Amino acid sequence: MAPFLLVLGLFFLFLDLKHKLFFWRLYTTIRLESPMSWGAWVLMVITPLSFLWSASYLKELVPTWRWRWKFLERLEGLVIRYRTPIAWVMILYSLILGIYTGILLSAFNARPLWNTALLGPLFLVSGLSTGAATIMWMSKIHLERRLFTRIDLILIGIELFLIIHLFMGFLAGPEVQIEAASLFLNGRYALPFWGLVVVMGMVLPFFLEVLELRGKKIPAAIPAILILAGGLIFRIIMVEAGEATRYLY
Amino acid sequence: MRYAMAIDTKKCVGCSDCVIACQIENEVPVGYCRDWVTETVHGSYPMLELELRSERCNHCDNPPCVRCCPTGASHVVEGGVVLVTPNKCIGCGACIESCPYEARYSHPDGHVDKCTFCIHRIRKGLQPACVAVCPTRCMYFGDLDDPSSEVSEMLRTRKYKVLAPEAGTKPQVYYLV
Amino acid sequence: MKTRRDFIKITGLGLAGLAIGGGTFKFLQGSSLWDSVLGEGITRLPTYCEVCFWKCAGWVYKDERGKLLKVIGNEIDPHCTGRLCPRGTGGLGMYYDTDRLSTPLIRTTNAEGKQVFRKASWEEALQLVADKMKQVSDQHGPESVALFNHGSSGDFFEHLFKAYGSQTIAAPSYAQCRGPRDVGFKATFGSALGSPEPLDIRDTRCLVLIGSHLGENMHNGQVQEMSEAIDKGADIITVDPRFSTAASKSKFWLPIKPATDIALLLAWMNVLIGEDLYDKAYIEKYANGFERLKHHVRRFTPEWAYGITTIKPAEIRATARLMASAAPAVIVHPGRHVTWYGDDTQRSRAIAILNALLGSWGRRGGIYFKETLPLPKYPYPDYPTPAWDWKETLGDRYPFADSGVSNALVDATIPENGRKARIKAWVVTGTNLPASMPDKPRLEQAINALDFLAVVDTMPMEITGYADVILPECTYLERYDEIRNAPHREPNLAIRMPVAEPLGDSKPSWWITKQLGEKLGLGAWFPYRDYSEVLDWQLKQVGSSLDELQKVGVKKFERNGPLYMNEDQGYVFPTPSGKIELYAAAFEQSGFDPLPNYTAHPEPGEGYYRLIYGRAPMHTFSRTANNALLADLMDENDVWVNPKVAGIWGLENGQMVWLKNQDGVVSTFPIKVRITERIRWDSVYMVHGFGQTQKELTRAYGKGASDSELITRTMVDPIMGATGLRGNFVTFLLDEPVKAFES
Repeated sequence: MAPFLLVLGLFFLFLDLKHKLFFWRLYTTIRLESPMSWGAWVLMVITPLSFLWSASYLKELVPTWRWRWKFLERLEGLVIRYRTPIAWVMILYSLILGIYTGILLSAFNARPLWNTALLGPLFLVSGLSTGAATIMWMSKIHLERRLFTRIDLILIGIELFLIIHLFMGFLAGPEVQIEAASLFLNGRYALPFWGLVVVMGMVLPFFLEVLELRGKKIPAAIPAILILAGGLIFRIIMVEAGEATRYLY
Repeated sequence: MRYAMAIDTKKCVGCSDCVIACQIENEVPVGYCRDWVTETVHGSYPMLELELRSERCNHCDNPPCVRCCPTGASHVVEGGVVLVTPNKCIGCGACIESCPYEARYSHPDGHVDKCTFCIHRIRKGLQPACVAVCPTRCMYFGDLDDPSSEVSEMLRTRKYKVLAPEAGTKPQVYYLV
Repeated sequence: MKTRRDFIKITGLGLAGLAIGGGTFKFLQGSSLWDSVLGEGITRLPTYCEVCFWKCAGWVYKDERGKLLKVIGNEIDPHCTGRLCPRGTGGLGMYYDTDRLSTPLIRTTNAEGKQVFRKASWEEALQLVADKMKQVSDQHGPESVALFNHGSSGDFFEHLFKAYGSQTIAAPSYAQCRGPRDVGFKATFGSALGSPEPLDIRDTRCLVLIGSHLGENMHNGQVQEMSEAIDKGADIITVDPRFSTAASKSKFWLPIKPATDIALLLAWMNVLIGEDLYDKAYIEKYANGFERLKHHVRRFTPEWAYGITTIKPAEIRATARLMASAAPAVIVHPGRHVTWYGDDTQRSRAIAILNALLGSWGRRGGIYFKETLPLPKYPYPDYPTPAWDWKETLGDRYPFADSGVSNALVDATIPENGRKARIKAWVVTGTNLPASMPDKPRLEQAINALDFLAVVDTMPMEITGYADVILPECTYLERYDEIRNAPHREPNLAIRMPVAEPLGDSKPSWWITKQLGEKLGLGAWFPYRDYSEVLDWQLKQVGSSLDELQKVGVKKFERNGPLYMNEDQGYVFPTPSGKIELYAAAFEQSGFDPLPNYTAHPEPGEGYYRLIYGRAPMHTFSRTANNALLADLMDENDVWVNPKVAGIWGLENGQMVWLKNQDGVVSTFPIKVRITERIRWDSVYMVHGFGQTQKELTRAYGKGASDSELITRTMVDPIMGATGLRGNFVTFLLDEPVKAFES
């Protein structure tokens, strides 16, 4: 599923470009200072890798599958042989990818809300948490579910910590960041953020997961969906509110 | 060489001639602009202060737009002028979001567009269109590295400010106050 | 038999169908010439701007395909010194306007009995106008055909009318704008100010603005000089109920209670004389009636004025002293649009007297001696003497009117009080009367009483909807006009020539009047094939030629006399006494106050606010609202409301409200509220020229509200007939008013 979601994401990114015919320009240069350039290149690398990775499992899932061409069979062999290093590369890149949105936003000087180093880790943790939630939901293996539920509990804890930290940083910052924080503390984003993202998307699933670990029967989908929805709303709100914060006017 | 602009808020009447001159000079489509006039009022009746400012890209010394650009379409040329190469621009909008001055807009043709300090005119030894047209002559353009330039002279002899200095962009459009 | 003249909305007859490049402006790539550097295939031709009356000379750039690229100020032109204002820069928008009138139109009744316009040939339209003029002339004499004019095309129609035997001519720019000022200054100094005003702002040390919002009215030369004066450290004093742009650049802003200006002016005189700050030598040498003035203003102390104007006595004294310390390099600005409260001639007199006390007339940094070039007129036959002219329409009113009073022409068109109408037909050129004149119901009454109305315009302005015939004039960029010979520090001439072929079937006014003249049998007054012949002849009389002017655009000439007063030689003022008349004996003889007095004017009732209007730097009257380039800078007006007032009404910034005036007239369109500290709580302010009701003006229609339609009450100046327009009060309607069905 991962490669297709990645491609879908790429497609949406492409849709968002206003000068589409020139998208290839992304790949004529590497700009170390530009998060967007990092993102483009990381996607460039990880997308085919994830295809290869998934393809290498195709025979396990569909035992009758045969590759049409010889070289593909050979390629599959290679991939299977180097699964471990490829996995490491992919983990590295997915970390970059996970942190990318946050870094991208935090690189925008103009948006006081985004312009903080905590945003990258926060997006990464939030992304990992939603990933863990997906596995909790989809996995059929009990042990795996328990493992990821535990991981997710830790991630949610870190996330809450980072959010508190983020706002403490804002409040100790320059005026524009104090204004940005006030959007969340008593402004128009206060309710959706604290209600939907923090309570519904983190605290509530946190308790549900704890209960589940203690043996209570709770459908795996409920905390997972809450976390996924929370993660999505978190991103929407951060982007929207960020655009509302500015230096001038 | 460091090109910069100094704009005298004591003289500007906010007539927007700079805006329309730029639109015509640079073929900016109707409905868009590369420069604009803002008005800020402080105080309350009858103790009031009004400031009119002709604003545009600040051609920052530390331009976040150039840093953000994934393709190098946003780049810096001679004198610190920040330009966008339309056929390198993918229209991702990162630069628009990164600019504290909201100096950039998405051109209907897809690429991002902004003030160029009329580099095509500077290279011919002319003043930017906005400066050349201003009826109050409240705008000065020139090279800050040249101590005898009008703009250096202005910054030496007058009080000035820049917009959103806390954004750390080191803007190069100065407002004489 | 007269038919009721239905107002016709012109539809689908504009230029929109013509291929002129659509509504967006795409100028030639690489055409980067705001200056005299010409590129490949790019030429420039001289013009002077017609977007406002300042008439700045400029260059129009065009490429080899004839596409107009831009208009740039002419460096040597004293009106603009190479820099046009936004309207001049946006002049091309007038040429490229897709809503332009493109063909003559004639009112007709269609099969369903509805009055509509139909397209007509020039031949048919002109013949109809000539026939109607003859018909009216046969019955009532040529004098009963009146002309309302403004701007350059008005010159040609004035010539036609005078040749035809009618001097029933008026321009709203007199009785609705600057008339009282010129009468007041003429009564004092013997010389009207004219346009551009001979104000030495660039060298002044103190500029006093009373209700003049220089910078918002882009009277280009003056705005430029004000900026120069600021650079040189001049002090500005601004008297305005609104914190105008100029006020923000002033050392003193006196937020006066509206309608009390004369009280302030009298108090200033009181201080200048009482504290011995006036220019004694100057007054002694050049002025009459000082002792009477001194006696007159003794009562008008700053304390007295405080109770009227709300300006603190200390501020009145401080500003008077500041003026005196700068004198004679001080200008108490005479203003331009001065028709406010019906005692405007007296207020202008007070301003003139103040200038006299400060010794600014004829002094550097004050008011210089303007000069124009004596440019011979083309040798036409003498005009016939009409049996009566515009003066006749005044009756025994307005004895000091020295130019046609438009509202008196309106009066003379309406049969009332048992009196027959003397005026039976109108030609209106270059002025949109419903916006330029107050009291629209009365205007409509007059129009409905007409036998015939012809309108000449470039755009389907509101006035065209009343016309029997519409003649589409081409814009200033497509025609020759008279040589600009305006007064200035140096006499100078500027020319305008066609830089492009007229779009559609529009024509220049010189051509239209020539055709009409010939049809009326007045060929002797139109002895040329092309107007360039006249221009060339005139220019050759002063040692130049059309060829030369086409190359330089503007030509300056030597002065005859000094720019400032020669103190040793003395000076004779062109008044009856040869001196400055502080005491206007002529006024006294006609029963008017020989010295200005303050009179109280009506004040807004509860919940009502005085309607003050003004200009925005990017628009001229109602003329530019549809200009795509200028509408892009500002496409609607808003109503300025003090936060306290907004609080009472619960108004929010940007909220749409309707305005209702004291006579129950409601604005056709809603207007955005702008809550700002920049205005007093007893007044609201809006920019004039918006709220256009013509759907054919596709960009301007319904944008903002019209101040003109809310001005139904006027206070007429008994001295010269100007209509004071600032005695109207409005209140807010928060919900859309239910409209009565239009019959």
